[in-house]
Amino acid sequence: MADRDINTSTKPDLRVNCGGIKAPNPFWLASAPPANSGLQVQRAFEAGWGGAVWKTLGTPIQNVSSRFGGHTIRGVQGAGFNNIELITDRSLETNFREIAETKRLFPKHAMVVSLMVETRQEWQDIIKRSIDAGADGLELNFGCPHGMCERGMGSAVGQEPKINQEITSWAVEYSTVPVLVKLTPNVSNIIPHGIAAKRGGAHGVSLINTIKSIIGVDIDRFVPEPRVGGLSTNGGYCGSAVKPIALHMVAALAREKEFGLPISGIGGITNWRDAVEFILLGSSSVQVCTEVMLKGYRIVEDMIDGIENYMQEKGFATIDQMVGKAIPAFSEWGDLDLNYETVAKIDASKCIGCQVCVAACHDGAHQCIHPNKDGSRVPIVDESECVGCNLCQIVCPVPGCITMQPVTNGYQPATWNQHVHDGKSLRPKKGAH
Amino acid sequence: MSSPLPAPLPADRSEAVFTDYKLPPAREHAIAEANRCLFCTDAPCVNACPTRIDIPQFIRKISTDNVRGSAKTIFEANILGMSCARVCPVEVLCVGACVYNNMDSPPIQIGKLQRYATDAAFEKDWRFFEAGPDTGKSVALIGGGPASLAAAHELRRFGHRCTIFEKRSVLGGLNTTGVAPYKMRADQSLREVEWILAIGGIDVQLNTSIGDQVPLADLESKFDAVFVGAGLGADSALNIPGESLPGVVGAVQWIEHIKRSKATLNGVSRCVVVGGGNTAIDAVREAIGLGIPRVTMLYRGSEAGMSGYEHEWDAAKQQGAIGEWKALPTAFEGTGKVQRIRCQRLDDAKKPIAGSDFTVNADLVLVAIGQSKLGQMLGSLSGITIDKGRVITDARGFTGRNKWYAGGDCTNGGKEVVNAAAEGKAAAHGIHEFLMTTKRT
Repeated sequence: MADRDINTSTKPDLRVNCGGIKAPNPFWLASAPPANSGLQVQRAFEAGWGGAVWKTLGTPIQNVSSRFGGHTIRGVQGAGFNNIELITDRSLETNFREIAETKRLFPKHAMVVSLMVETRQEWQDIIKRSIDAGADGLELNFGCPHGMCERGMGSAVGQEPKINQEITSWAVEYSTVPVLVKLTPNVSNIIPHGIAAKRGGAHGVSLINTIKSIIGVDIDRFVPEPRVGGLSTNGGYCGSAVKPIALHMVAALAREKEFGLPISGIGGITNWRDAVEFILLGSSSVQVCTEVMLKGYRIVEDMIDGIENYMQEKGFATIDQMVGKAIPAFSEWGDLDLNYETVAKIDASKCIGCQVCVAACHDGAHQCIHPNKDGSRVPIVDESECVGCNLCQIVCPVPGCITMQPVTNGYQPATWNQHVHDGKSLRPKKGAH
Repeated sequence: MSSPLPAPLPADRSEAVFTDYKLPPAREHAIAEANRCLFCTDAPCVNACPTRIDIPQFIRKISTDNVRGSAKTIFEANILGMSCARVCPVEVLCVGACVYNNMDSPPIQIGKLQRYATDAAFEKDWRFFEAGPDTGKSVALIGGGPASLAAAHELRRFGHRCTIFEKRSVLGGLNTTGVAPYKMRADQSLREVEWILAIGGIDVQLNTSIGDQVPLADLESKFDAVFVGAGLGADSALNIPGESLPGVVGAVQWIEHIKRSKATLNGVSRCVVVGGGNTAIDAVREAIGLGIPRVTMLYRGSEAGMSGYEHEWDAAKQQGAIGEWKALPTAFEGTGKVQRIRCQRLDDAKKPIAGSDFTVNADLVLVAIGQSKLGQMLGSLSGITIDKGRVITDARGFTGRNKWYAGGDCTNGGKEVVNAAAEGKAAAHGIHEFLMTTKRT
């Protein structure tokens, strides 16, 4: 039978409920330029986005010219990205009118309003006006690491658990809708900050906000980027390159027993695969900014049917069934099995003979992949020396050509902790001579 | 130093109508393409290059906008890197060896990237090399083509003085007189010559024939070593009746004519090129480019059996070239000038088929069946082996006779510019070793 669209009777249910905020799917715009105005958010919802976190409201600011910087990696522009743009520069009246209009046109979509003000009174006022405009939830911006933090807001709040908890408790007191606290990654350990939000009464957290950064330096002018006249300042790093940092922080909170709040995952999500990874590590919705800035709202089409196809293949009926599914497998190093052994196998039928793996192994690993001496360009793996590090697999340009295959070595599983405490025996080291 | 450079080429020479068939890549394209390169280990492209240019390295340097470093990497291996970027048959050399071919992905456009870097070097007049401290040794180089230029430049880096003897009034050899103008025009070759000679200390004797004007014995006695880079001789003839009729010309001779002067093509409407090699295909494409309405390639063998590159013939066909296969010319006929070629049809074994006579009309016939070999010019020197006109050498150009080295077409029988560049450079290393290990007499 021809491959057809997913049968509607078995079509996975993408609806989510993140801390009480409901949406038709887990894909939300993050609070950022793509969620700056009513017309933008309406177009995003039309394209398929399930929710939006409106660009942060507060006392409108004045921005600089030259706000974004891109990090290019081997020709891939925007592999990393940073910005020195602040919160909304539009009047609150305009923002609230457009929020109300958008909510009226898209009543089932999640309308979350991001907020950042200073005094208790200001929080009370802006929360009331947001809810009056139709907000389904609030997101407290305790994350912005540039500009606003110099004024005692954003990450200046997020880095101080006591202040975080206090302001969160004000917001929860004044709000009749769920409150998410957006956390900054510019801390050494995320857990106290998530717990502070919980103690303040938050209904969930969103993370990560951007990472304090200098995106580059203009080597002709001797000025960092993005350049504003003759000066620059640190910005917030985001985009695909930050995903690993975000995944770790999301997972660290998700597995923390004392925490237990819903998480809206953010940080370098560019496609459905990234989204699935965030969900498997404990996110019940995901937020996207940079990839939309680089490619536009229509990337959501692939996100939606990509995740639907994945769920169908894996037998997930709802997003909830996936949330945190990989958390039990996120462990401490001391609990990893030291007797688990893999070696690299090169599929000669797929190998194109570039020998990039040879250089990588010789210069960057354990000198166990060698050029073939029989005239073939398919390299030889010396399995007695291969430590199973994965480097060759990572550098190989041909998908599926190099695989890491488990070896039966006759040793029972033994972790470092078991070895130290119970004296379990470890297999002989490889590549350690 | 006498007559360093020849008179400029006439502006109205025929080749001036040709423009580049492959434009150099823009910076954006070059960087994007450079970023695709896998930076292979022991890269097949390098192994496919006779001059062993470190291709992954020069491409990586393009990707980081280190164009100057990229050009240096190229010229360090091959001082003729600019012309090679334009004239190399990369499809059968570096590009043909790119590992991307093994995964059905487009190979890296190495020739284009090399052109990007080397064109920049010429445009900005970057110089990378200086002559070595004078060794007091001197080397004579016979012929002023790619092999001798590559050898002389390398010898100057070692500090040996050089004198190039060239029988024509221009240097550059076939780069100047023979390369298809849509790949490289003669003025570009002369610019390259000038750029190479700028290392200094290379004396050039133009319009000087070795053997006739300067006896071989004189070279041997006056110089510490001799490099023979004499190239090939005149077009071979079919030796059939009517070959001396006006309008029957050797292809190499005709190509030199259109590259250096204005050819009169009035009344030429049917051109037939006899042959199946790359010179024949070049002549076909050049005749079409000069506006001759009907251009036919006439070859003894089948279309598939041609020795010319398939990609070149495909391009010729796209331009409108006609093929006449399994045809053997038996006579040129005409009154006062050539009007037709009498032919016989050949069978698969290239044997004439009885009663298969036919004629092909032509008012210009270009005979491209090879060039004579010049090895006999050295025939009087004992110790040098000549095989079917080719000078035999070892891998470093040594002929077997003390002092005498050779490279390029006169040793390889007629290959690419890049082969001549590689052989000239290898011989320079051989000569250097010889000069520095022999006592001065």
